Amino acid sequence: MLAGMHGESRDGPAIEFCGVSYELPSGRRLLSDLNLQVQRGETLVFLGRSGSGKTTTLKMINRLLTPTKGEVCVDGATAAQTDVIRLRRGIGYVIQEIGLLPHFTVERNIGLVPEIEAWPSDKIRARTQELMQIVGLDSQLAARYPHQLSGGQRQRVGVARALAADPAILLMDEPFGALDPLTRDDLQREFLSLQQRLHKTVVFVTHDLNEALRLASRIALMEAGKLITVLSPQAFLRSTDPLAAAYVRAFHTGLDSTANRGSS
Amino acid sequence: MNLFQFFAQNSGQVAQLTLEHLWMVGISTLLAALIGIPLGILIAHRPLLNRPVLGAANIIQTIPSLALFGFLLPVPWLGDRAERLAILALTLYALLPVIRGTYTGIRGVEPAVVESARGMGMTDSQLLWRVELPLAMSVILSGVRVAVVISVGLATIAAAIGAGGLGELIFRGLAMVNNQLILAGAIPAALLAVLADFSLGWVERRLRPQ
Repeated sequence: MLAGMHGESRDGPAIEFCGVSYELPSGRRLLSDLNLQVQRGETLVFLGRSGSGKTTTLKMINRLLTPTKGEVCVDGATAAQTDVIRLRRGIGYVIQEIGLLPHFTVERNIGLVPEIEAWPSDKIRARTQELMQIVGLDSQLAARYPHQLSGGQRQRVGVARALAADPAILLMDEPFGALDPLTRDDLQREFLSLQQRLHKTVVFVTHDLNEALRLASRIALMEAGKLITVLSPQAFLRSTDPLAAAYVRAFHTGLDSTANRGSS
Repeated sequence: MNLFQFFAQNSGQVAQLTLEHLWMVGISTLLAALIGIPLGILIAHRPLLNRPVLGAANIIQTIPSLALFGFLLPVPWLGDRAERLAILALTLYALLPVIRGTYTGIRGVEPAVVESARGMGMTDSQLLWRVELPLAMSVILSGVRVAVVISVGLATIAAAIGAGGLGELIFRGLAMVNNQLILAGAIPAALLAVLADFSLGWVERRLRPQ
């Protein structure tokens, strides 16, 4: 009974888009008629180039943007049935490293949601320490400011902050986009192992097919404000959809051309 | 009698006038901050109000100070005491830099930071007090600093309507064609301006986020 009141054991999708469109006041359409369900515990990756509408879609989940048409339901509740502040505190949000508060220490950044939720301070401190360990941050970094950290460390802080209040849903907007390839590789690997333990519902935005293939349960391919197709990574590689095939081709080009140069 | 002798003999009077000067500048800056900072925050969040508010503050700024003192003189309660009137006029002049500094500071906060704070579930007031104001504080203070420096200069003119301050020495010197008397008012006023500029600049640098 009680468990049913909380999101996690409820049936039905974690997030549902019903005929969602988004237009700017100027009339420019960023998203047209999106219909999609995100299942509990899956990692759904929105893949597309910039301007394809993937970030717009993500921001409608935590209502940083409001659809001009259609409805986004989180945990089966429509926007009208939800208090937006409560909703956001129940959804972890990770963006590129610039999203950290520059005047807060690492510790305070991570404990941000617990702080505004008015947890007692010893509980916040314990949770912060636990999280720093989970995301692989040295506890000595707690008193540092974001500008004193490396890109990879900042991103770990971002992930820890999103996990702080143990949300069932995580939104990640190109979180690893600004990192060098080796650090990105580390963080992707850690994300996967974290996700194996935590089973969050993750909605992830990227323009990098490699990242999508590696992290996704399903890949939602976006182009010019439209959802083109939703496929598993395996199916994506074999897809005959022209756009998906173009992504796969572009992905192979670097390898192939190097191989050709080597053999000639 | 040279300037040094004048200061030596009239140190009590100069100190008295300096205090009056500081009082007028201090109170008017405080009032301008109390009115201007909330207004600046308001127009930073409501872009539609931006032009009318900044426009009005701009117009006030263009009124010649002597004329403004004159306009306000017949106003009932205000005109009773020249000091009140001077403080009001100085407050009006200080509004523009304070409002503009606040507006610029709040608008200058990195949008990604604001958005992620919102995405974390901060309410508007939490966002203001924990994110926007701390990050904008050094820019807001730079507006206050400009206001103070302007006020120190303008307050000398308040002596024309009998509000006291260092301007009194300057006006007396002008009337008596006595350069030393003019300098006796002008030098402390200039020093005050430099001192205020320097000390507020120091605080501003301390508050600047890295």
